[in-house]
Amino acid sequence: MTVQELKKIAAEKADLINVRRIIREQAEKLAVNTGYRKQVLVCGGTGCTSSKSLKVIEQLEISFKELGIDDVLIVKTGCFGLCALGPIMIVYPEGAFYSQMTPEHAKTVAEKHLVKGGQIVKELLYAPTVHEDGSVIPFAEIPFYKHQMRIALRNCGVIAAESIEEAIGAGDYAALAKVLFEMTPDEVIAEIKAAGLRGRGGAGFPTGLKWQFTKEAEGDVKYVCCNADEGDPGAFMDRSVLEGDPHTVLEAMTIAGYTVGASEGYIYVRAEYPIAVERLNIAIEQSRKLGLLGKNILGSGFDFDIHVRLGAGAFVCGEETALMASIEGHRGEPRPRPPFSAQCGVFGKPTVLNNVETWASVSPIILKGSKWFASIGTEKSKGTKVFALGGKINNVGLVEVPMGTTLRTIIYDIGGGIPHGKKFKAAQTGGPSGGCIPDKYIDIGMDFDNLVAIGSMMGSGGLIVMDEDTCMVDIAKFYLEFTADESCGKCTPCRVGTKRMLELLKKITEGKGEEQDLEKIKEIAEHMKSSSLCALGQSAPNPILSTMAHFGDEYRAHIIDKKCPAGVCKSLLNYYIQPDKCRGCTLCARNCPVSAISGAVKSPHEIDVTKCIKCGQCIAHCKFNAIVKK
Amino acid sequence: MSQNLFEGTAEQAQKLTDCINAHRGEAGALMPILHEAQSIYGYLPAEVQTVIAEELNIPLAEVYGVATFYSQFTLNPKGKHKISVCLGTACYVKGSDKILEAVEKELRIGCGECTPDRKFSIDSCRCVGACGLAPVMIVDDEVYGKLTPAEVTEILNGYISD
Repeated sequence: MTVQELKKIAAEKADLINVRRIIREQAEKLAVNTGYRKQVLVCGGTGCTSSKSLKVIEQLEISFKELGIDDVLIVKTGCFGLCALGPIMIVYPEGAFYSQMTPEHAKTVAEKHLVKGGQIVKELLYAPTVHEDGSVIPFAEIPFYKHQMRIALRNCGVIAAESIEEAIGAGDYAALAKVLFEMTPDEVIAEIKAAGLRGRGGAGFPTGLKWQFTKEAEGDVKYVCCNADEGDPGAFMDRSVLEGDPHTVLEAMTIAGYTVGASEGYIYVRAEYPIAVERLNIAIEQSRKLGLLGKNILGSGFDFDIHVRLGAGAFVCGEETALMASIEGHRGEPRPRPPFSAQCGVFGKPTVLNNVETWASVSPIILKGSKWFASIGTEKSKGTKVFALGGKINNVGLVEVPMGTTLRTIIYDIGGGIPHGKKFKAAQTGGPSGGCIPDKYIDIGMDFDNLVAIGSMMGSGGLIVMDEDTCMVDIAKFYLEFTADESCGKCTPCRVGTKRMLELLKKITEGKGEEQDLEKIKEIAEHMKSSSLCALGQSAPNPILSTMAHFGDEYRAHIIDKKCPAGVCKSLLNYYIQPDKCRGCTLCARNCPVSAISGAVKSPHEIDVTKCIKCGQCIAHCKFNAIVKK
Repeated sequence: MSQNLFEGTAEQAQKLTDCINAHRGEAGALMPILHEAQSIYGYLPAEVQTVIAEELNIPLAEVYGVATFYSQFTLNPKGKHKISVCLGTACYVKGSDKILEAVEKELRIGCGECTPDRKFSIDSCRCVGACGLAPVMIVDDEVYGKLTPAEVTEILNGYISD
């Protein structure tokens, strides 16, 4: 294909996509050009397909046939971000946002809204999009979306995830055409450097510099790699990009290939993401067919192709040298650096490796310019960052905000606050390598350097919110169980250190902790930080050190008072029935596996703490919230 | 390596040969081959690892080393229904440890084990990316989200009867 042909596809699809980007009046005018009266976008990301969004699409197709609707386009997209409310369906040009759809709901919407002359079914809309006076506001104006700025996720939830034509219509591959015909490799590097783009995988290394080192490295063969081994449990932005806009990653890798002088690339992706893997493979096939991958791309004379490699469930493979060992077909064990991967990467050749979200930020920089990108964010952290909001928060999902946005904005304005009116306790960033941010730092701007300064880190962008019911010692133990499990075992500080620290934490949560244990933990942590081979071991103590620093009282309560203030650590608490709330329904007694509950019908029951195994079955079954742990 | 008696069919052996041939000569072919071999046999018995080692002309120890390094590769057969409880952070904060406990109690086996009738096996996983539905449990390819321990029994009953 030539650049002219690429531009032709882009022009043909532009209106179709723009109807979804601008809303209401202008969109209605544009819709006339597209041949479709309306467009129904249904999320086909992992979150929504897990809550059966594909059944919603099936039902729409059936209803369309029955109702004779043939001028409404159904589009299966990637993630809209608001995963907690899935399956999500958006109807354009109105921008009507339907949430928690079922096939029955889809049938209703088809019959009442999507037919000619139909009206929005307000009862099924996401409640915040309906004003008190009954008027409907486009979803882009609700708080969850209003405070966001989407660069990496710009096409997720906008285009059909499995259509290269729609991707091109949304602007994909335009940056590649510009680079191949209008820019030299040095100009590309200068542009990326001037934009101030830093790696989104966690460490925040300047991307332009990485490309420059690889370009300058000597070698006849070079590689470009994409780290899609999103290992932080609770982060899912990379998956979302791959599911919603895979072509942006292929395009950016090809740009880097041209820049550093590589003709082959690898995408190393988690096997736990079957939809992402499938869409990547589809995208690569489509791209090869159109000549956007392969020999003589767009007639420029430049050759580049991409292979997909599946991980197999090893967290350490997110570390670059381990990832490369795994691509080569070995155990995913890290090796000491230097040599750095820019000199000696995959198969011993100079390699540039970037994370999915970093790749997704490249094309906008090329198209809109480094000045635009550098105008967003803070002094040293430019652009936007995607966070995966999870845990005790109302709007669980993916959000993309300018660097420097405060935690308060993310949690309360975008995230909709903590469920059940509970109190915010801390947010964990950086996953098992990061730390927690307590209440007192809630107004800090979230960027690379601020987070490090308060003992956490950006990491890949997992943001787990915890409320007063979360025990910080238990959370530290949880992360350490993870790193102890995932430590590859190659170096001693990490292999033994994680194990010994975990033993100490278990001891504390079981009520057997001694005061000197905290000192021991600190000592082991220092050794691990200074002498582990890779970032996994060096950062494994972070969750413990940061919880100890910010929630020292909680550790002391476990050790000295033998109490778990949050009521989580089983060994430290007992179950009680509050007599004033118990109605004597006997449900708890019938469900108790060890018959520890006694009492007559219609009179308050009692738990025999000597028999109780603290399994929680009684609490799960009690309809009157009469049972407490203390 | 494996204590279970290995029974492979000729059809499976043919598929394995085809897969090895398709990847022959490719750099770093071992991982993709192990993935495919596991999808053919359901696990990676010693016999299969031996075939791969001989065909690729690499030491069996290396194949074994790779197969045991990654948590997704298994040397033991799994149950007919594979249950996986997510213990990623988002799920854990929402109580997925109690979901796992409920599954273990219901099936009377531990995590990583298989029921004696080979009907169910339980594993834990670290994040399937469906954090919006936390806590999450996956049975075969079906995802069950926003679970409570009390719902586990009901879900498993649906599989016991079939």
